[in-house]
Amino acid sequence: MSTVRRLVLDVLKPHQPNALEFAQAIARLGDGYRVRLNVEEVDEKTESTIIVIESNSLDLSKIEETIQSMGGSLHSIDEVEVWGSTSNTL
Amino acid sequence: MKILAHLRLLLQITRTHDIARRYFVTNGFDGTLTMLGLTLGFRLSNEVPMEVALSASLGATIALGMSGLSSAYISEAAERKKELRELEEAMLSTLDDSAHARAAQLVPILIALVNSLTPVLLALIIMLPMWATHWGVALPASPLDLAIILAFVLIFLMGVFLGRIGGGFWLWSGLKTLAIAAITSLLILILEI
Repeated sequence: MSTVRRLVLDVLKPHQPNALEFAQAIARLGDGYRVRLNVEEVDEKTESTIIVIESNSLDLSKIEETIQSMGGSLHSIDEVEVWGSTSNTL
Repeated sequence: MKILAHLRLLLQITRTHDIARRYFVTNGFDGTLTMLGLTLGFRLSNEVPMEVALSASLGATIALGMSGLSSAYISEAAERKKELRELEEAMLSTLDDSAHARAAQLVPILIALVNSLTPVLLALIIMLPMWATHWGVALPASPLDLAIILAFVLIFLMGVFLGRIGGGFWLWSGLKTLAIAAITSLLILILEI
C-alpha cells in the first residue's frame, strides 16, 4: 500500500474564485491538508498556478474534482511524493 | 446554510452580488415611483372608488413584477452565457461541471427574482392602507394619503440604503431621493391641474 504525501500541480484557473478561495476549497478536502498556491502568470481571464498540496494521505481524484468544480483545469502533475508501506499490500 | 454558501459562491464568482443590489435599488425605485404616481393620480381625481384604485394598483404591481422578471432574466442569461463562452475559450476546455456553468444557469434566475420581487413587495406595502380600507379597518386618515406617505417613506429609506452602500451621509442621500419623489409629485400636480 502507498500513500500520496505531496503533490505539485500545474493548474489553469479563472480569476474567480480567487487564489485564497481556490486553495481553501482544496484544503477543506481532508484533515491536515496543507495547500500553497502560487500564481505564476496572469492573463485577461485566467491565471496559471502551481499548487503544492501536502498531507498524510492525499486523494488526487477528489482534488481533481474540486479543481474542476471551481472552473480550473489540471494541466500536469509536476511532482509527487509517495510513501510506501508493506503492512497492507494492494 | 450549505445552499446559501453555494449561492454566495455563485454570486461571487460571477461578481453579480453588486448587480443584484443595483437591480434591487433601480427597480425598487421604479416600482415605488410608479405607485406614487398612480396613487397621486387617484387622489387628485377624487372620484375613484377604492375597488378601482386597488385593481389598478394591483394590475400595475403585477406588470412591474413581470417586467422586472422577464427583462432581467433575458438580459442576464445572455450576459452569463457570453461570459461562460469567453471563459471556456480562454481555458481551452468546457466548464460543464463547474460552478461557473451552474452560475450561468442560476444567477440570472436569482437576479430576475430580485428585480421582480422588489417592486412587487414595495408596491404591496404602499397598497396596505387601501387593502385595510377594503377589509373594513378604520384608518386615521384617507387610505390614499397614507399610501402616498408610505411611498415617500420607502423612497427615503431607499436613499438611506444607497447612502450606506456609498459610504456617504445617510440623511443627505435619503433627502436626495425624497427630492426626486417631491419633483415627481410636483410634475403630476402641475399636469393634473
